[in-house]
Amino acid sequence: MALLEVRNLQARVEDKEILRGLDLTVKAGEVHAIMGPNGSGKSTLSYVLAGKSDYEVTGGTATLEGEDLLELEPDERAAKGLFLAFQYPIEIPGVASMTFLRTAVNAVRKKRGDEELSTPDFLRFVREKAKELNIHQDMLKRPVNVGFSGGEKKRNEILQMSLLEPKMCVLDETDSGLDIDALKIVADGVNRLRAKNRGFLVITHYQRLLDHIVPDVVHVMAKGKIVRTGGPELAHELEAKGYAAYENAA
Amino acid sequence: MNAEVKMMRTAAETQYADALGSLPATGAIRDLRAKALSDFIEKGLPHRRVEEWKYTDLRVLMREMAPLADRPDASAIAEAKKNGVLANIGAREITFVNGAFAAELSNLKGLEKGLSISTLADALAKDPMLPQLLAGLNPSKYDAVYALNTAALNEGVVIDVAAGAQITKPIHIRHIVTGTKPVSVFGRVFVKAGKKSQATIVQSHSGPDAVAYQTNTVLQLSVADDAELDVVRVQAEGDKAIHLSMMIGAAGAKSRFRSFTLTTGASVSRHTVPFAFAGKDIRASISGATLLRHKQHADMTLEVDHALPGGESRELFKTVLDDETKGVFQGLIIVRPDAQKTDGRMMSAALLLGESAEMDNKPELEIFADDVQCAHGATTGALDDDLMFYLRARGIPKKEAESLLIQSFFGEAIEQIENEKIRDAVMLRAGKWLAERSVK
Ligand SMILES: Nc1ncnc2c1ncn2[C@@H]1O[C@H](COP(=O)(O)OP(=O)(O)O)[C@@H](O)[C@H]1O
Ligand SMILES: [Mg+2]
Repeated sequence: MALLEVRNLQARVEDKEILRGLDLTVKAGEVHAIMGPNGSGKSTLSYVLAGKSDYEVTGGTATLEGEDLLELEPDERAAKGLFLAFQYPIEIPGVASMTFLRTAVNAVRKKRGDEELSTPDFLRFVREKAKELNIHQDMLKRPVNVGFSGGEKKRNEILQMSLLEPKMCVLDETDSGLDIDALKIVADGVNRLRAKNRGFLVITHYQRLLDHIVPDVVHVMAKGKIVRTGGPELAHELEAKGYAAYENAA
Repeated sequence: MNAEVKMMRTAAETQYADALGSLPATGAIRDLRAKALSDFIEKGLPHRRVEEWKYTDLRVLMREMAPLADRPDASAIAEAKKNGVLANIGAREITFVNGAFAAELSNLKGLEKGLSISTLADALAKDPMLPQLLAGLNPSKYDAVYALNTAALNEGVVIDVAAGAQITKPIHIRHIVTGTKPVSVFGRVFVKAGKKSQATIVQSHSGPDAVAYQTNTVLQLSVADDAELDVVRVQAEGDKAIHLSMMIGAAGAKSRFRSFTLTTGASVSRHTVPFAFAGKDIRASISGATLLRHKQHADMTLEVDHALPGGESRELFKTVLDDETKGVFQGLIIVRPDAQKTDGRMMSAALLLGESAEMDNKPELEIFADDVQCAHGATTGALDDDLMFYLRARGIPKKEAESLLIQSFFGEAIEQIENEKIRDAVMLRAGKWLAERSVK
C-alpha cells in the first residue's frame, strides 16, 4: 500500500479553482520532489493535505496508509503521521517555544498510544535534535518563531519535524530564503530522517535543494495538476530550461 | 415648574436607605456615614444616562439589595477556612468572613518592624484623624458605590507601613463569603505606605457559586513620596454574585506603584480605579486580566489623573470573553496643565471567543499640557485562524491550541506582577479557568 495516495484531487479557495485533478503516489521510503512555477498550487496542495480550513476540497481523495485524510482534523492528521513544514512559518507571540514543542510532542505521543515524555527526557530529546540542526538554546527560550531570522524559522520547522517523528513529511519551499550553509544544515536534517518507513514530498522552486536531498521521483506541477513525472534528471532540465513551457501547457 | 424628572426610587435604593439608615451609629465616623447616606438617598444608583455608568446600568442590574449579612458563626468560619483563594503565596493573611473581621483566620502576630495592622474600629479609636485621611481619598464626584460603602462603614482594616519600612512578606486581605443565602457585605481597606517604604498587598474576594450575594468593597491607598507599593487583587466571587469595588489611590513624588487585578468571578462586577499622580516623577502601572464566561458582565473603569510633571503611567488590560459575556473597559488619562513630560500609555485588548460576546472599549485622553507623550489603544479580535492552524498542524488538539493562545493573550498582563509566587498563583487560577472551558 502506498504511504500517500492522492487521486483526482480538486480544491478551491474563495471560489477560485486551484487544484484541478491532481494525482500523486508516494511509497514509504521514497522522496518525491514537486517543482513548478509560482502560483501553480504547490502550497495549496500542502495546505489541503494538512487540513487548512480556508481550502475547500471539491473532489477526489487523499489517503495516508489507506486512511482518508480529508475527513480528519488537522491535529488528527498530524497524529497519524502527516507533517507539513510551512513555506512561511508564523510567529506566535506569548507562546514559549519549549511549551509549544512539549505540548505538540506529548499530544501526538498520546494519540499514537505512546507514553508522554517526562520533563528531563523531553529536554534531552529537544537538546539533541536542536544541536543537530545548529539551533541555539537561546532561540528556544523565545516565543515560537518570534524574532527568528528566515533561516532560523526554517530550521525550527525541521526541528519540529524531527521531534514529531512523522511518516509523511511535506516540505513547502523549505529552501527559500536560506543561504548555502543553512541549506546544508536543513538538508542534512532531512537526510537524517530518511528511512524506509517514511516518505517525503519536497516542494521547491529550485533544483539546488535537490543536490542535497536527492529525490527518487520529480514531478512538475502546473495549473493545479501534475503535468510531468521523471527522475532526478528532470530537475536539472527544469533548472536549464525554466518553467515557461509549463506555464502555457496545462 | 422643575424640569428635571425625578426618578422613581428602585426597590434596591429603598432597601439600602432603610438598611443602612438603621445601622447603629458609631463615634468618629457617624458624620461621614450620615453624609454618605444622605448623598445616596438624594442621588441613588447610577443608570445608563450617567456617563461613567453607561455600559453598566446598576439600576437595572441590581434590582434588590440583599439583606445585610449576620456576624459569622462557627460554621461560617469553618466554611471560610476551607474556601479562600491564593493560599500558597507565603503571605500574612487578614481575613473577613461575610464582611466581619475573623480574628481566628487572621495573623496579626509578630508584625514586622514598622508595620501596623488594625481593624478599622481599633484604628478609629486610636487615631482621631483617620476619618479625615479616608475622606482625603474620596472620589472627585459622587459615586454610588463609594457612598454606599461609606454609609455602611463599620468593618475594615487599616495597614500602616512606617516610613522606610521594607515589608517583604506580602499582606493578603481575604474577603470570604459563606452560606447559601444572598447577603450584602461591605469592606474597607486603607493602606498607608509611608515615605520610602515598600510593601505588597494582595486582596482576594471569593464566595459560593449559585448564591446572589453582593459585595461592596473599597480599597484606599495613600502612597507617600519615594514609596514602592504593589497591589494584586483577585476577584473570584461566586458566579451569581454582584461585586462592586473601587481602588482609590494617591501617590506622592517619585513613588512607584504597581497594581494588577484578575477578574474571574461574579455575574456582574464593576471595578473603578481613580488614581491620582499627586507628586512629581511617579511611575505607576495599573493592569489586569478579566476572564469571562456564561453571561458574566464585568466593567473596569480607570481614571488616571496626572497633576504634576514627569509621571509615567502604564495601563494594560486584557479581557477574554467567552459565551455571551459582556466586558467594559473605560480608561481615562487626564494630564493637567502642570503635568509636563507625562508619559502615559494605556492599552485594552479584548479576545472574543463567544459569538455573542461583546466588548465595549472606551479609552479617552484629556490633555491640558503641551509637552507630553500619551497614547492609548483598544483592540477587539477573535483567535487567529492561522495561529490555530499552525498549532493544530503540530498535533495539538483544538482545545489545547486555544488554551495556548488564550494564555499567551492574558499572560502578557499577568507578567506585570512583580512577585513571582503571586504571579504563579494568579497564573494558576487563570489556568484553572482555561481548563474548565468547554470548546465549541
Ligand atoms: N488563501 C488564498 N486566498 C486567495 N487565493 C489564494 C489563497 N491561497 C492561494 N491562492 C491562489 O492560489 C493560487 C496558487 O497558490 P499557491 O498554492 O500558493 O501556489 P504556489 O505555492 O505554487 O506558488 C495562486 O493564484 C494564489 O494567488
Ligand atoms: Mg508556495
